[in-house]
Amino acid sequence: MRRFGDADLAEESVQEAFGRAAARWPVDGTPASPLGWIVATAGNAAGDRLRRERALRERLPALAAEPARPDPDPFEEQDTVPDDRLELIFTCCHPALPAEASVALTLRLVAGLTTAEIARAFIVPEPSMAQRLVRAKAKIRMAGIPFRRPPGHLLAERLDHAAAVIYLVFNEGYSASSGADVVRRDLCEESIRLARLLASQLPEEPEARGLLALMLLHHARAAARTTAEGEIVLLEHQDRGRWDAGMIRAGSAELRRAERAGAPGAYQLQAAIAEQHARARAFAETDWARVAALYARLAALAPSPVVDLNHAAAVSMADGPARGLELVDALAASGALDRYHLLHAARADMLRRLDRPADALAAYTRALELAPGAADRAFLERRRAEMGRATP
Amino acid sequence: MLAIYSDETDLAAMTDEDRGAMYAEYATFAEDMGRRGMMIDGAELRPTAAATTVRVRDGRALVTDGPFAETKEQLGGYFVLDCESIDDAIEAAGRIPSARNGSIEVRPLVER
Repeated sequence: MRRFGDADLAEESVQEAFGRAAARWPVDGTPASPLGWIVATAGNAAGDRLRRERALRERLPALAAEPARPDPDPFEEQDTVPDDRLELIFTCCHPALPAEASVALTLRLVAGLTTAEIARAFIVPEPSMAQRLVRAKAKIRMAGIPFRRPPGHLLAERLDHAAAVIYLVFNEGYSASSGADVVRRDLCEESIRLARLLASQLPEEPEARGLLALMLLHHARAAARTTAEGEIVLLEHQDRGRWDAGMIRAGSAELRRAERAGAPGAYQLQAAIAEQHARARAFAETDWARVAALYARLAALAPSPVVDLNHAAAVSMADGPARGLELVDALAASGALDRYHLLHAARADMLRRLDRPADALAAYTRALELAPGAADRAFLERRRAEMGRATP
Repeated sequence: MLAIYSDETDLAAMTDEDRGAMYAEYATFAEDMGRRGMMIDGAELRPTAAATTVRVRDGRALVTDGPFAETKEQLGGYFVLDCESIDDAIEAAGRIPSARNGSIEVRPLVER
């Protein structure tokens, strides 16, 4: 790493800073920017440490007790204290590390989660997670992964990589469904903090802010996404009154700031799509033409068959199922998503709306063969049964 | 070290013109590394048809014809470069012509 050339040292220094914070805050009160303070202190701690390594080693057992993590407001800028977290993110999210190691390292070293917390969040035994972290730190050390803000010609690519890691953390939390999965849902807030850090440290990179906007606009709907029993509620059936209006406003504001740079990117476009959904007071009031146009731009910028499928679905809502079906059939003919249950489910839905129950039945059957999750399967079963009754 | 792996039958099947263009590109790369003071060593290896593998077991040398392992891509050459960080090595690896059809394995040397 840039200053100390050793991820272990940096980690222990952060731990030490937590130790100092735990010892000091009850007396001094919590500083305004606890995380910034921790990292600034960690820098001092590492400097100290190089001078008095032995003394510290004697103190380490006491510091190993993990202090309570401060809980900064994820929606407040935390950039008042200059620190090394940006460099640390780029070290942890270096493309020479496997993605799962980057996720674990970022949560451990940047977000300050304990190994036990990360293990619980990813449903991995703690010793396995500890091993993953050890291996990743060894790779950083042995491969010479630098601790620095990437130079200009590498920044865009590396930012893209770091953003993907942060979004992976978010999605891990987002897909957690039940109340018992609180630790996993915390991952959403951790990733929002990380994206805010990235956006505040790289104000000239609108995609960092686009990522932040995207996650805020998704997370704003969290409360309405599951029933009390932990079942997933589709967008169409969500109680929009339970959406977090403040977080939606915050997400929109971040998106406007990102868009001012005039450099659209995949995260900004996805955020703009999420914003369209978040703004509609009812599912039927969604501006589908706008959503379809945004998907078309996204497809041009970051081509992917899944984006094409979403585009087709939006078109079917904006211009009717016949037009949507043309697009889905073209996509199906390419074979790219033949084993993706949502392609067949989307096709089935359009056929149903076109009053072609026999064709819809066949498509629902295919979707059911491929659907992985119980929630999706239950929904598809219900629709298929309806088609069965409608088929002469 | 940047170890260059590619399918050596591809090289054999190249037209003289294509092979010439590839070697010219290698030369440009090597010159540039030299100009930047990064070049320590580098060489192209003869194909695995020229390889001999030696193992000593129970004090006896066993010499066999051919490479250590049959693989789809073979070690065909290498560069040893002086790099500030893995980022320099990754960038350099990306400029090696064989990266486009083969693979470049980046491995730091142990420094003592």
